[in-house]
Amino acid sequence: MRSFTYERAASPAEAAKAVATTQGAKFIAGGTNLIDLMKLEIETPTHLVDVQDLGLDQVEDTEDGGLRIGTFVSNTALSAHPRVREDYAVLTRAIQAGASGQLRNKATTGGNLLQRTRCAYFYDTNMPCNKRKPGDGCAAIDGFSRQLGVIGTSDSCIATYPGDMAVAMRALDAVVETVKPDGTARAIPAADFHRLWGDTPHIETALEPGEIITHVRLPAPVGGQHFYHKVRDRRSYAYALVSVAAVIQPDGTGRVAFGGVAPKPWRSEAADAQLPNGAAAVVRTAFADARPTEQNAFKIPLAERTLAGILADAQTGTRS
Amino acid sequence: MAENGFLKVSRRGVLAGGVASATVGQASILRAQDTAPGSAAKEAKVPVRLTVNGTPQELELDSRTTLLDTLREHLKLTGSKKGCDHGQCGACTVMVNGTRINSCLSLAVQHQGDEITTIEGLGSPEDLHPMQAAFVEHDGYQCGYCTPGQICSAVAVLEEIRNGVPSHVTEDLTGRMRATEMEMRERMSGNICRCGAYSNIAEAMAQVAKG
Ligand SMILES: Cc1cc2nc3c(=O)[nH]c(=O)nc-3n(C[C@H](O)[C@H](O)[C@H](O)COP(=O)(O)OP(=O)(O)OC[C@H]3O[C@@H](n4cnc5c(N)ncnc54)[C@H](O)[C@@H]3O)c2cc1C
Ligand code: SF4
Ligand code: FES
Ligand code: FES
Repeated sequence: MRSFTYERAASPAEAAKAVATTQGAKFIAGGTNLIDLMKLEIETPTHLVDVQDLGLDQVEDTEDGGLRIGTFVSNTALSAHPRVREDYAVLTRAIQAGASGQLRNKATTGGNLLQRTRCAYFYDTNMPCNKRKPGDGCAAIDGFSRQLGVIGTSDSCIATYPGDMAVAMRALDAVVETVKPDGTARAIPAADFHRLWGDTPHIETALEPGEIITHVRLPAPVGGQHFYHKVRDRRSYAYALVSVAAVIQPDGTGRVAFGGVAPKPWRSEAADAQLPNGAAAVVRTAFADARPTEQNAFKIPLAERTLAGILADAQTGTRS
Repeated sequence: MAENGFLKVSRRGVLAGGVASATVGQASILRAQDTAPGSAAKEAKVPVRLTVNGTPQELELDSRTTLLDTLREHLKLTGSKKGCDHGQCGACTVMVNGTRINSCLSLAVQHQGDEITTIEGLGSPEDLHPMQAAFVEHDGYQCGYCTPGQICSAVAVLEEIRNGVPSHVTEDLTGRMRATEMEMRERMSGNICRCGAYSNIAEAMAQVAKG
């Protein structure tokens, strides 16, 4: 690990300014992704700004009946929050499908959104990777790509955004609240938060340098039955090959987002509209522009079967 | 074929990752020594105060020091183990302010003022914690390397169930959480045992859960 200096900021604006004005600075929240990458010298910050003292560790009710989640709320606390379990069960399910108990206790809301890809070549500093080192090439495109993306990828990088929580947040139309280094606040819809990176795969989100996540806002509950089904190589403690977050209403309409397939949680309103016509219709629409590799083409039929399983459960009222 | 090939490579990748990270660790120690005075890579020493197993500790640490290395190398509490150093195995599990975390993926400087409990703080050979006693009774280990992490995790898991934290296998998210076999197995999935003592660990936990 490279040497770094460390500070704790006292306000979001101060933290944002510190990161924007100190060369090589980064925020640290739980540290479960950043420290891992620092040990491998894939991330080499020279200064860390810790966000734990910003008072952003509460979940509050909003006036419109939704929730406002502080960025430092742990994954465990968020998934166990009574209102999340009651009104946003897809979020509890998604969080609990990810990582391990120990990691969820430490991982935070903002840090989880910003976790980096799990492409094996990104982690292997002996291999070329455009995301790790712009212009380096991509070892995955002609390499082992079974885990990687099938849609929204580019000729520069076919990795995925690997997380679970964000897939549920996309289905719930969450909004990410931030503060910029000049102190101004803005709200970024989950749909626009993660980028389709094109030929700049090292730039993964809409955040500007130094911009800090303060909260994630959930709109008022939408009702319906909530599902998060994750398919992976073992039953627990593994990243998704494909995951499906869905909210299904009694009349068969609803919303659906797919994880493990793209640089961002994958949802399209046109595909949502196909829900009453069944899983095949939804997946045909959502994955119309898919460009899978030979090794990961299985993800598309897998997405269809996973969604079909959810729709069958919804009809019989099996476990939300 | 392709799938088998990938699995093999990814297994080897995990092993190679472990070896590579060990070398990286050594390299950075060397660099810190090589470049001590007046060089660009200035060594950042920071004061860290925390309470470990009830005893307040004041330390001066390189900012890079993880909580795990603080416990093992600086406080000589070698019960917590380093398996992977990357959050994947759970051997380093300790409790911080009552919740379990992987101490290898946490910096000591993140823990100013925190209360840490390690396996040494749970019980002593003369006065075992009920979970330690149950592991002995049910042979919840073979080599014992993962055991301190397993026991810390097991104690915390029962507490999480009591506190109503749901899990991936919880059917009814709004009902009362129960310490079923399925629940305990899912909640312990962050603790890997190379010797495969899983079924005995589950029996030990079930005994303590029954009370
Ligand atoms: C073995 C293992 C298995 C895992 N399995 C899964 C899984 O199955 N599913 C899953 O979803 N996740 C999984 N994870 C990833 C885990 O969920 C993330 O590591 C965690 O959510 C990151 O949160 P953190 O607070 O620790 O982030 P940190 O590591 O502290 O930060 C991550 C990034 O976010 C930035 N950041 C943090 N907070 C802010 C903020 N407020 N504003 C701006 N930037 C910020 C940091 O600078 C850093 O770049 C796994 C991790 C490990 C180690
Ligand atoms: S897919 Fe992306 S992350 Fe993986 S090697 Fe290629 S550029 Fe790197
Ligand atoms: S040593 Fe910390 S999880 Fe393996
Ligand atoms: S007892 Fe040997 S690793 Fe678990």
